[in-house]
Amino acid sequence: MWNNEILINTIRFLVLLLVQVILLNHINLFGYVNPYVYILFIIVFPFSANKSLLILLAFLLGLGIDIFGDSGGVHAAASAFIAYVRPAFLKISFGVSYEYNMVKISKSVIGERLTYISLMVFTHHLILFSLEIFNFNHILLILRSTLFSGIFSVVLIFCTILLFSRRN
Amino acid sequence: MRQIIFFFIRNKNSLLFLLLFLISLFLTVNSHSFHRNKVATSANFFSGGIYSIKQNVQDYFNLKTQNTLLVEENNRLRELLSNRNFSRNNIPADSSNLLPNYSYVQARVINNSFSRSKNSLTIDRGTNDSLAIDMGVVSSKGVVGIVNSVSANYATVQSVLNTNSQINAKLKNTNHFGTLIWETGSPYLATLIDIPRQVSVQKGDTIVTDGKSTIFPEGILIGSIEDFKLAANEDYYELSIALFNDMTKIAHVYVIENKAAAEIKKLENALEDVE
Repeated sequence: MWNNEILINTIRFLVLLLVQVILLNHINLFGYVNPYVYILFIIVFPFSANKSLLILLAFLLGLGIDIFGDSGGVHAAASAFIAYVRPAFLKISFGVSYEYNMVKISKSVIGERLTYISLMVFTHHLILFSLEIFNFNHILLILRSTLFSGIFSVVLIFCTILLFSRRN
Repeated sequence: MRQIIFFFIRNKNSLLFLLLFLISLFLTVNSHSFHRNKVATSANFFSGGIYSIKQNVQDYFNLKTQNTLLVEENNRLRELLSNRNFSRNNIPADSSNLLPNYSYVQARVINNSFSRSKNSLTIDRGTNDSLAIDMGVVSSKGVVGIVNSVSANYATVQSVLNTNSQINAKLKNTNHFGTLIWETGSPYLATLIDIPRQVSVQKGDTIVTDGKSTIFPEGILIGSIEDFKLAANEDYYELSIALFNDMTKIAHVYVIENKAAAEIKKLENALEDVE
């Protein structure tokens, strides 16, 4: 069981990295809107697993995206941040039931699931675009990019979870 | 001592996060500074190799447009060649006059971005093809960017569409020069600043590179004036330039090596040291 989980997460890590850099970075909807679906890895990472491991893996995943996209360390910073604050977001979204490891993302209530995904995505995107643009004269551009890319990412991540969740 | 160890164990997540966050901030600042040794770029065999495979597939989808572009360029070069014997004076200043000083390497673009604020391209040539940092990159239609990191077989190019880019440019008619920058937004428009207000500018005037930097030869096409207004201090124009290049569809480029660059740089550095 434990080995199985390691295998699934390794494959998920690699597939999301490649899909992001080869396909999703080049969508450019309306000229500049790209979804960042790779953070799905951080969102669905087993809730009960080691938190340090998640922070480290999130950093490596972000760094991979940065190396492919020549963007310095912006994805690494944003990913490490949401991996670090994930427990807090889980508590806000799912309440106390998260503390007892009762929650599974594919079986949670739609509203709670959406809150959790949105919190993760918008926090990630805000940090990402602030660091990438790095200029407070362009604060409107930062907010606009965060909003549009964020909506795009939330929709795609939500659909991906629906698509890949096993039905009982 | 024990308390220190307990402190580390208790806060290991926070400390790990802080360490990684600082590393990524360092990488970010490193990438924002112009022309420094970049630490993590896509000019390495791993990402370069994957991009090459991706591009091998993608190349088939725009063969037609690329063929048209090449034929157009051939056509222009043929015209230039056949007119050269007759009227030497009418030829616009362009790279062919300066041929001995410059050598060109053709390259294929394997990755391109144009929707962010700091865009870059990856090309499939590197130090093995005698590429180096600070070489200019042009396409058949005009300026593309400047090489900012190289590995053995790949290089990354800081696109014109990058808020760090500053390219010497001039008005083709009057030879007044300014700086070409990009202020995010449309990938088809750039901005030319520092043109004095007494210069007469008109919509449609052509902008070319200025030979004063060691990166580009004089007279490489950039774009035409789309719109102009006076800058906030009213002494200089701020020209909106429609780029000749469609930066969203770049496939084949030429990297320009200036053989005199090292000598010129050495002279200029010596002068700075004296001052």
